Amino acid sequence: MEAVHIYDGFLSTPVWAAMDAAAAPAVGYIVRRAQRGFDDSRVPLLGVMGAFVFAAQMINFPVGVGTSGHLVGGALLACTLGPAAASVVMCAIIAIQALVFQDGGILALGANLVNMALVGVLAGYLPFYLWGETRWRNLAIFSGGALSVMVSAMLALAELLFSGVPMPGSMLGVSLGLFAVSALLEGAITLAVVQALEAIQPGFIRIPAAGRSFARGAVGLAAVLLAAVGFLFASAAPDGIERLGLLTGAAHSRTVIRSPLAGYELSFLQTPWVRKAGAGLAGVGLIYGACLLIGRGVARRRSA
Amino acid sequence: MHHVVLEHWSRGSSPLHRRDPRAKFGALLVFLVVLATAHRSLPLLSVALMALLAGVLVWGRIPLLGALARATVVLPFTLVFAGVCWAAGDPARGLALLLKSYLSALAVLTVVSTTPLPLLLRGLETAGVPRFLLMVAQFLYRYLFVISEEAQHMRVAARSRGGATRDLATQPARFRAAAGALAVLFARSYARAGGIHRAMLARGFLGHFRALGSLDFRGSDAAFLVTASLAPILVRAVIERMA
Amino acid sequence: MPPLIEVRDLRFRYEDGTQALKGVNFRLDPGESVALLGPNGSGKTTFVMHLNGLLSGEGSIQVCGMTVESRNLPAIRRKIGLVFQDAESQLFMPTVLEDVAFGPLNLGISQQQAVDHATTALETVGMAAAASRAPYHLSAGEKRKVAIAGILAMDPEILVLDEPTTSLDPPAQRSLAELLASLPQAKILVTHDIPFVQSLCKRAAFFQDGIIAAEGFVEEIVSRFGWGLGLERSKSRI
Repeated sequence: MEAVHIYDGFLSTPVWAAMDAAAAPAVGYIVRRAQRGFDDSRVPLLGVMGAFVFAAQMINFPVGVGTSGHLVGGALLACTLGPAAASVVMCAIIAIQALVFQDGGILALGANLVNMALVGVLAGYLPFYLWGETRWRNLAIFSGGALSVMVSAMLALAELLFSGVPMPGSMLGVSLGLFAVSALLEGAITLAVVQALEAIQPGFIRIPAAGRSFARGAVGLAAVLLAAVGFLFASAAPDGIERLGLLTGAAHSRTVIRSPLAGYELSFLQTPWVRKAGAGLAGVGLIYGACLLIGRGVARRRSA
Repeated sequence: MHHVVLEHWSRGSSPLHRRDPRAKFGALLVFLVVLATAHRSLPLLSVALMALLAGVLVWGRIPLLGALARATVVLPFTLVFAGVCWAAGDPARGLALLLKSYLSALAVLTVVSTTPLPLLLRGLETAGVPRFLLMVAQFLYRYLFVISEEAQHMRVAARSRGGATRDLATQPARFRAAAGALAVLFARSYARAGGIHRAMLARGFLGHFRALGSLDFRGSDAAFLVTASLAPILVRAVIERMA
Repeated sequence: MPPLIEVRDLRFRYEDGTQALKGVNFRLDPGESVALLGPNGSGKTTFVMHLNGLLSGEGSIQVCGMTVESRNLPAIRRKIGLVFQDAESQLFMPTVLEDVAFGPLNLGISQQQAVDHATTALETVGMAAAASRAPYHLSAGEKRKVAIAGILAMDPEILVLDEPTTSLDPPAQRSLAELLASLPQAKILVTHDIPFVQSLCKRAAFFQDGIIAAEGFVEEIVSRFGWGLGLERSKSRI
């Protein structure tokens, strides 16, 4: 499994609701970024390249004996179309996968979009943004591919854990191991395709924006990695959060809300969730901040 | 192929097909939320909701067994987690995962198999989804099969040139060959997009897509939305009261 | 009568430096049907893309009395309709009707008027029954006809078709030839299909290496440049 599409029924209500709430404005923002100055003229390109990514799943890359993998595509799209356009294409892909192929839930769509189309693409692009014009270019492209898959997977795992889906330590370890292999494969495929593309036509691969800010890019990358690791750690080790909660005094806010719907199990109003969700939202907020930082930095340089 | 079948079903005719896509999607969301937030009497609730969906599918003249079969796409992933739950001593949770994910998929299938996708996408615009994104999805769907066929031809061509050997020694070469094939497919897709854009310009495209026809939300759509939304809520209320 | 198209000394160079057009002079009169013949890469397609401003080079081009420059493009693209070789890339909307109505809608008319124009155009090409079908399921010949309908719906004066018989079987080719013969618009056909050309055009222009090497009656051009299949010669050998 290269990319994790979370189905409905897995995430707890606070998690899927929070991810939907986080995804909505983010998608609106990234669409405006991709569209800026292009009106609707770019629609055919983005649509067709989305179809390309789907079709690319049919091309098998041999790995080991008897197994093969295929391209996921976020990093490749980012290096060629630019990160905002790549995000929009991935959003369209994930939406079509959920609606037409039932590959991923509808309530869980926000989570899948954040994991794969937003943070995943950003993680896939940042190494290229930072080192794409240096002698570490190939490593940057490879890392982009690997990170896009790894970060998406880690966020998905974190969301599942936050929702209380049981995952014994061994299973978590095995999952992370499998994802690491997928991530390395994606890195290799992305790099191989980029090299093949350059042989056909060098113009396909973008040059990371002139006037980019290395500092902001580095901060962004660090923030994304920190958030992904932090998210996963927080979800897998709830005791740590409990202790943090006790330390900060949040444990005293035990409010029980009585409502007409009291007959239904409103698990999300119980206090432990508040602390966990706080950590989760802090992670998402960190990523948001990173995106806005980079976005403003790039925009300022361009208008200067 | 899955989406070809769905495409065919979505162009059928039935009272359900004729409902406004927004009413169908709204009812779908209510159903999904009712299911997602349910924790008690899940097996009984699932049977009741399954019966509800089956009834809707029949009303929509969708082959029932076919739809039930297609919703099983969620099972491989879910069975793994269900197995883990069972091994961890919480079989109830495992069952909950199976039931919720399968029923959710079936519910989505019910809507998508009775609504042509471009119409559904247009309905989502009313819900605030950016039009640019919806148009990208529409174009993606339009060229999905076209590009997939090209990829299929390339695969067959590669195989007939002896690319099917499973020899480990040839792996790096086959890896590079696959990357080369993808690069060619990328370039062709990119060129095709250019051709589409030229065709659009040649027919007077000035930068903005205009919609043809508008969606009419009629009384029958409102009635459907209300009924279809209340149904799962009432079913759940009754079942939870019984328990 | 003033010519519909008047091209003087058209030159064009691609970004990679190739000089694709080296001074083309061309004229199209109302109601005429002209064939553009010549080897691949001689500039035929590059030339026609200048007529509606998709490409812009040096020299002067007048279409229906208007100079081809950006401020005139909306009006020009209404007068001259281009049908490309790949029909799949021209039928990009979800249904046939929506696709054919795409052009009229861009002209700023109301939705209902656009539907009317589209329906009329579909009837003209004989594809009215396919209005609500998805383009992907049509045959090559049907796609070609719908693409032509998409242009006709804008009420043009000139039709330009690039390799219109590609992928068409003989019955479809006949059907297309009959359709084109029935349309009153002036036509430019870029093609290698000589029998097709002979049934529709009197005049031909032969492109060679970025210029029009010769113009004249179709039969003259074909025999002068050896552009037929040469079967007439083999027949006499028997």
